[in-house]
Amino acid sequence: MPLELVLIAICCVSASALPGLCMARSSVWGQRIAVAVMVGAAILGLAGAWSGFSLGKTPTLGLIWPAVGNSMVGLDALSAFFLFPIFIVGGLGSIYGLGYWPQRQYPGNGRKLCLFWGLLVAGMALLVISRHAMAFLLGWEVMALSAYFLISTQDYRQECRRSGWTYLIATHVSTLTLFAMFSLWRWATGSFSLQPVAGQAMSREVMNSLFFLSLIGFGLKAGMMPLHFWLPGAHANAPSHVSAMLSGVMLKMGIYGLVRFLSLLPDPPAVWGELILALGAVSGLLGIAFAIGQHDLKRLLAYSSIENIGIMLMGLGLAMLGRSAGRPEWVVLGMAGCLLHVWNHSLFKSLLFLSAGSVVHGGHTRQIDHLGGLTRRMPWTSGMFLLGVVAICGLPPLNGFVSELLVYLGLLRSGTTGGAGGSAVVLAIPVLAMIGTLALACFVNVYSAVFLGLPRTHAAEDAHESPLTMRGPMVVLAAGCATIGLAPVLVGPILDRAIANWWSDTSSVPPSLGSLAPLGAVGAVAVSLVALILALTVGLTLRNRRARRVGTWDCGYAHPTHHMQYTASSFAQMIVAMFHWALRPRMHRPRIEGPFPQPSRMHSHVDDAVLDRLLLPASRCVQRWFDWFHRFQQGLTQHYVLYILITVILMLSTLIPFNEFIARLFAR
Amino acid sequence: MIHVSLLLVLPPMLLGVINKTKAWFSGCVGPPLLQTYYDLAKLMRKSLVLSATTTWVFLAGPIVTLVTVVLAGLLVPVGRFDAPIVFSGDLILFAYLFGLARFFTTAAALDTGSAFEGMGAAREVTFACLSEPALFFALLVLVKVSGSLTLTGMLHGPAGGFSMAVAAPLVLVAMGLFVILLAETCRIPVDDPNTHLELTMIHEVMVLDHSGPLLGVVLYASALKMFVLGTVLLHVLAPFQTGQAWLDWPLFVLELLGLAVVIGVVESVMARLRMHHVPYLLTAAMLLCGFGFLLLLR
Repeated sequence: MPLELVLIAICCVSASALPGLCMARSSVWGQRIAVAVMVGAAILGLAGAWSGFSLGKTPTLGLIWPAVGNSMVGLDALSAFFLFPIFIVGGLGSIYGLGYWPQRQYPGNGRKLCLFWGLLVAGMALLVISRHAMAFLLGWEVMALSAYFLISTQDYRQECRRSGWTYLIATHVSTLTLFAMFSLWRWATGSFSLQPVAGQAMSREVMNSLFFLSLIGFGLKAGMMPLHFWLPGAHANAPSHVSAMLSGVMLKMGIYGLVRFLSLLPDPPAVWGELILALGAVSGLLGIAFAIGQHDLKRLLAYSSIENIGIMLMGLGLAMLGRSAGRPEWVVLGMAGCLLHVWNHSLFKSLLFLSAGSVVHGGHTRQIDHLGGLTRRMPWTSGMFLLGVVAICGLPPLNGFVSELLVYLGLLRSGTTGGAGGSAVVLAIPVLAMIGTLALACFVNVYSAVFLGLPRTHAAEDAHESPLTMRGPMVVLAAGCATIGLAPVLVGPILDRAIANWWSDTSSVPPSLGSLAPLGAVGAVAVSLVALILALTVGLTLRNRRARRVGTWDCGYAHPTHHMQYTASSFAQMIVAMFHWALRPRMHRPRIEGPFPQPSRMHSHVDDAVLDRLLLPASRCVQRWFDWFHRFQQGLTQHYVLYILITVILMLSTLIPFNEFIARLFAR
Repeated sequence: MIHVSLLLVLPPMLLGVINKTKAWFSGCVGPPLLQTYYDLAKLMRKSLVLSATTTWVFLAGPIVTLVTVVLAGLLVPVGRFDAPIVFSGDLILFAYLFGLARFFTTAAALDTGSAFEGMGAAREVTFACLSEPALFFALLVLVKVSGSLTLTGMLHGPAGGFSMAVAAPLVLVAMGLFVILLAETCRIPVDDPNTHLELTMIHEVMVLDHSGPLLGVVLYASALKMFVLGTVLLHVLAPFQTGQAWLDWPLFVLELLGLAVVIGVVESVMARLRMHHVPYLLTAAMLLCGFGFLLLLR
């Protein structure tokens, strides 16, 4: 039954925009129907996923599909775990779209957005429940292509087209890698179905190739550090609820693929875990360092997604190490950290992107240094953004802390119980600590620059709060963050089931998360922290109800203006300088000449290390090499017909039995 | 009970001892030992003046700092006695509580829209990027030595006390922790709490606009922070105990006051480092703690 519920939800979701397509462009009802269907289907899907949890493993269901032989779908706790963010963000995002991208205001692309939104959700849900390589790839392609159309919603903007194009190339490389991987899988196991294989069924070389192919294929989608190049542009240029979906949910499909596929391979060598852990540490550290250097609010959030993917990979790497070393407690803590961070990140990153969308909606710019002082104009958005920011920094009373604590605990345990290998792994702890402080620096900067202080432009001064349809979904997401943070005991059993599902090759029952991690104590401390802060705040406000208001102290200067305010770029400058070996910030500063210099401007930017410094120059280079090819491409139809003729003759010539021909010639 | 009352009452005394030591070095009489208590009492009675730019975040800054530091203090064992709150992994919570405090202090500073406070906040978070990994390296060494995942367990060490074999790493960690203590509580050579030039300050410049009770809370919270970090350091530096409870409490208080004297001496004999040399000091602290960890891996 749960599986059927999910399948019905997938069908409804993918068809949700169809009524709208039959209506006039100016009609608002198409979007409303789509949202209603979407929300209903999301609730159905969530109900299905929830009962999938409580039932444990449900039987798989055959999908009749003559082309490839019948394929299978199934629902287990791991699938159900990943279905949650898909349907939650899918439903909430479509409600948000009512206020953010109303059909009336965007008659040109509103219907397109609705259609591909539904398809994206459906594709991801199909991918998560598939138990067959073909169904998996079908879901993967539907997801990848609809995401492309969503990213290029505003295809009249050049920047948008460019980032859509980069995304399309990246996602196709990823799909091709997956084709190769599943072909190899089919060759090694004899079937396309995604079932765990027994130990010694494959040779070490085949397993290693499968592992590296999956790491590249899924890593590209997840935005792992050297393969992240498509991510910042795509997230920045998509409409904000689409960015929330891409960052909050679609990146996790890469993580899901990796998690699911690694669970199928038996006896992983320790090197895999170490590699994943190292890649996670690099993604985390450099992701957040690049985030600090950005001036664009949404680009910054996109880079911070890379950091969070890094934290998930660190958890996954630890779990893999635990599997190779036969340490169930590392597996449980690492996997719990990874999975819980998947949920947490989908909650707080969606919340942050939706609030960023609210800022763009109210202030009409994404440039951090053009905003400021929005708390007075947009109190709701400000509060929600603050909550998301505290959560994403992994600070105590909220959910980010819980998942980071689990990863830390796992790493610490590997240090106390493991041998020399475990001690080396422990070096990841100071890296994680540094990631945490850098995240704090980055987000305190962006929150303060956007919401606190004085408004820096007229646009920021005239900003307005968003409508209820945009605020509602943000409040729901924020409530999710607070619930997991204040009562982490709730997610313990859920995580236990998902982990038991992932680690099926064990003979013994893995220890429960509750026995390894102090979830209850963390919840109690978080609650008391919040209670104490509230009590003190109330006490202080009651005592000082009538505080005198004067100007900010600026060393005796009576009228400070927004020009004197510290900008986000100046705030970040010291850290950017600390990481200049990786970020390579570019400065364009004018020369000041003469006694009365002209007014001039300076600006600085941090380009992407992989895309702007490696891939684009490399592709320009390749383009130059192939310049000679233009001689063949002159635009004359006659030439092209000639090429076709030559090709056909060449192809026909392969049919001529030359060997026989020559043999006969000489025999005569 | 004694733990909580010591945690709440003793900290301002440390500032008094430091100031007295500095005064003695410069040949003055100096303010009375209890001067910080008088200051706090005075500030609490005064009314509040707020900048017109600020929002509720400005009020939240000192309050969150105070609450988090008190909670962090409850996680740390004092002397040979266990902490009131003990669970496995509380060391992470300990470090992250300071993170929360840092978040709200800097947000409150930036809330005023003043360039000076922005500079202070930027310095604070940048230096934290170096001191935090150093702190984690130090905690790692202690975890590795004691085999325990709770602050109480790891600071008390294994049952028979720390063995001589781990003396070298512990000495390195103690030096690293002392630098972290100076940096986190904004003392010379990282920051000068008594300077009067806003451009060169870190912590004091962030609280320029706080007044009255808010300033009192800030002052009290920073004294508490010194108490908490000092307690951690004392476990590594001087794990002495007599075995009798009524002697161990005064012994701990004496040790802590001794530490305050040491800080006062450091402040008197050193000058503040130039701002762009501070990262070198913190990197050195990180390397000390990291090297201590490497020694354990033999």
